[in-house]
Amino acid sequence: MLASKPDRFIINGKRLDGRTFDQLRPIKIEANVLKRADGSCFLEMGKNKVVAAVYGPREVHPRHLQDPSKAIIRYRYNMAPFSVEERKRPGPDRRSIEISKVSKEAFESVIMKELFPRSAIDIFVEVLQADAGSRTACLNAASVALVDAGVPMRGMITSVAVAKVDGVLVLDPMKEEDNFGEADLPFAFLIRNGRIESIVLLQMDGCITRDELKQALRLAKKGAMEIYKLQREAILRKYILEEIDEPSGDENA
Amino acid sequence: MPEDILVDIKRDYVLSKLKDEERIDGRAFDEFRKIEIELGVIKKAEGSALVKLGNTQVVVGIKMQVGEPFPDVPDKGVIITNAELVPLASPIFEPGPPDENAIELARVVDRGIRHSEAVDLSELCIEEGSKVWLVFIDIHALDDDGNLLDASGLAAIAALLDAKVPAEKFGLGEDYKLPVNNLPIPVTSLVIDDKFLIDPSRDEMSVGNRTLTITSDKDDNIVAMQKSGGYLLDEELLEEIVEASIKNARKIRQMLRNI
Repeated sequence: MLASKPDRFIINGKRLDGRTFDQLRPIKIEANVLKRADGSCFLEMGKNKVVAAVYGPREVHPRHLQDPSKAIIRYRYNMAPFSVEERKRPGPDRRSIEISKVSKEAFESVIMKELFPRSAIDIFVEVLQADAGSRTACLNAASVALVDAGVPMRGMITSVAVAKVDGVLVLDPMKEEDNFGEADLPFAFLIRNGRIESIVLLQMDGCITRDELKQALRLAKKGAMEIYKLQREAILRKYILEEIDEPSGDENA
Repeated sequence: MPEDILVDIKRDYVLSKLKDEERIDGRAFDEFRKIEIELGVIKKAEGSALVKLGNTQVVVGIKMQVGEPFPDVPDKGVIITNAELVPLASPIFEPGPPDENAIELARVVDRGIRHSEAVDLSELCIEEGSKVWLVFIDIHALDDDGNLLDASGLAAIAALLDAKVPAEKFGLGEDYKLPVNNLPIPVTSLVIDDKFLIDPSRDEMSVGNRTLTITSDKDDNIVAMQKSGGYLLDEELLEEIVEASIKNARKIRQMLRNI
């Protein structure tokens, strides 16, 4: 937590963990890992370990929250007390509440909620081990869990962040780059038919120019397409066993 | 449910006007409502500002105390931003602890101020590691006629400009002006399909909460962004909104410099 700022983030074109600027951390995704939930997913992204569960469409409690024209979406991002260096007090803090809000809104634009009036679709994501970019890891896991639950969606949500360190934009920042970087931009996209259609989540803090924003967007889209492939594979692996016999090579990727 | 019916009627009105490339109050798409800034409205506060954006009104007060720094930055002061959407400001606000909207509002305002380094926090160190100034930015909504965020962000930076460090009160020498080095200005747009309306009014917001806030600083850098609301945002539209937001922020910054 209190690690000091490294002198340089990029040495000989390599980042502190040996990645190039446009390289993702290793990602592992497994769908359908929880028995009780309607849909679930376990996902590792670098040192992040998150598990997502989807319940619903189901009855809304409390009932006054129900909407006669569509399902309501609820999203809870929660960090386990042991997920970070210094114990986090259990329960929602201001950061978690904000992340839950924008993540919920990302799914609201993608889930076909008008098919399920008066019901709720609950998405719960627990961060078991946190590294940088836990909100993006959670969105990726939640997206797979929704597919696993059979919730109809307009497409897939795939999320990745871009950071600026030493004046250079880097994909999928790790802890040091996130903590001491000059900017952090989490993105999430709607991907339909293998194509990025629109932005469903966009936040940013730090300091960037307009051109850097365009570059960051390009970099994020590249990363998102790679993650999307892994999300797809994870679902196919669970449901179409004959097509992918062995987890194809990405196990230790 | 008279409110619900009204919202439907207003939404239809906003959308039908939009088809004719018009806004319901006759503004241009990238035009703010009338902005009024009044400094020093609260004498008990170290700094304060009342901002009116059309009928939207927000007051921000700055209070300062001596406290402990964060262990990882022992030589810097601390900024704490909080927003209260009190029930007096809107029929839909309820008493109680801040909800997700109040928290989001405060955090987006905070990010703009923090990342533009508007307040020179190293000037707010009294004794390294043990004593620094804590700067509390408290946002108090008075009347929500749409776009509380921009009104709050503007009132916050105006109040910081107005603020004096109360050194005398704490036996730390003479009072001095709070060092403010940058003027981050948030600009919020309501996104409706392939169009966007800057500084949406409450009536325009009946279309739904689908906004994008771009905060830019004195060098036209982007220092904070927040997409809020469940909608799909097109990439090209994002670029247009960024341009229009920076342009508006420049004008508002100039206004702030002239008071």
